[in-house]
Amino acid sequence: MEVLLPHSLDEALAMKAERPEATPIAGGTDLMVDLNFGRRRPAAMIDLGHVGELASWRQENGHVFLGAGLTYATIVSEMPEFKPLVQASRSVGSPQIRNRGTVGGNLGTASPAGDALPVLAAYDADVVVRSRARGERSMPWHAFLTGPKKTALAPDELVIGARWPLLRGPGSFSKIGTRNAMVISVASVCLVVDEENARVKVALGSVGPTILRATEAEQQIAAAMASAGAWQDPSITIPDQELDEFGDLVAAAAKPLDDVRGTAAYRRHGCRVLARRAIRWALHERRLPAWL
Amino acid sequence: MVVRIKVNDDWREAETWPGASLLTFLRDRLGLYGSKNACEQGECGSCSVWLDGTLVCSCLVLAVQAHEREVRTVEGVTQSDRLHPIQEAFVEAGAVQCGFCTPGFVVAVADLLQKDPHPSPATVREALSGNLCRCTGYQKILDAVSLAAARMGGQT
Repeated sequence: MEVLLPHSLDEALAMKAERPEATPIAGGTDLMVDLNFGRRRPAAMIDLGHVGELASWRQENGHVFLGAGLTYATIVSEMPEFKPLVQASRSVGSPQIRNRGTVGGNLGTASPAGDALPVLAAYDADVVVRSRARGERSMPWHAFLTGPKKTALAPDELVIGARWPLLRGPGSFSKIGTRNAMVISVASVCLVVDEENARVKVALGSVGPTILRATEAEQQIAAAMASAGAWQDPSITIPDQELDEFGDLVAAAAKPLDDVRGTAAYRRHGCRVLARRAIRWALHERRLPAWL
Repeated sequence: MVVRIKVNDDWREAETWPGASLLTFLRDRLGLYGSKNACEQGECGSCSVWLDGTLVCSCLVLAVQAHEREVRTVEGVTQSDRLHPIQEAFVEAGAVQCGFCTPGFVVAVADLLQKDPHPSPATVREALSGNLCRCTGYQKILDAVSLAAARMGGQT
């Protein structure tokens, strides 16, 4: 086994081009577990810990770019205006884990339980990847996440980050687990309101082979808000039966399995409950000037 | 490969298998047995150390990733022969039973009190959420944190 230690992105891409079989490692919170338990023995690893270009975020041309090397602790401290992302980041592991774990790791591992992923899906984020031979390309999150722990990343590419259009509107991330910390989500829901386009976007984690969007529920609630006149006037209430139907449609969008962390029926029920809470929070928050 | 790390203010180096964790390196190569090896998956916090001043689980860091960097372990929380006020508070509050989790808790509490000398109960619980104790039921650990915070009065 060999560990390669690049000090810049160019150097890292050159190493990945020469050693496409090398496994990238950043925070190590996924990969080290497999190493410690002897489940994986990569011939080579590339430590991205010294690649400073990956560990930053910025706003540019109405978009946000989030570097793959940004840790969850940094997101919590530096990106308070991205509330659903902060809520998801704060729910990852423990302080020790959040100090090391990165969004790039969630993307690279591509577990449907990766807590940053429903947020990126609700934001309609693109995943940005780069290789030395072909340069940079980006693709929608759903084209990148092709299955459980499967991605569209080519062997000579590295995940550079995620980019999404800046949105105006409230939103939240919530998840179900057995504790408030150190928990792999049993079900998670990210809901984001896009005031500009009169849309509600809902993404689900841990309830399918990959992250799912509840598109029927999104359309139903946006239409209910439109017919009530709530897009123009946030003080107008949405009938409870519309909110219940929204919850049911979100639950119907889940494709859960029974496993050690929970049954399919419980997960589906969890999606319904989280979705109803999330839409109520958002409708309440729309009445407050805070996010304007 | 040879890894060189500044551990508790001293540069130390040793040969290591490239896939070895920082925890394994500290214990098996440097003979620093304070950081405990329990879950090896970041769940229990017994191996908590500082890497360049940041609290981490040393089982989830490659030894190689700490090359040419600074690590502080529980052995480095105090320079003198006396116990650190946090350690004294753990003893006095009865926060130590079997003691296996204690080094990780001491490091995590020290990290917390450096950043927030007078943390609220909720802040303490969140800060210690990555450290497991199977003996005490946690209440005496929380008591120890209050005692240490009161005694230290913002001094680390």
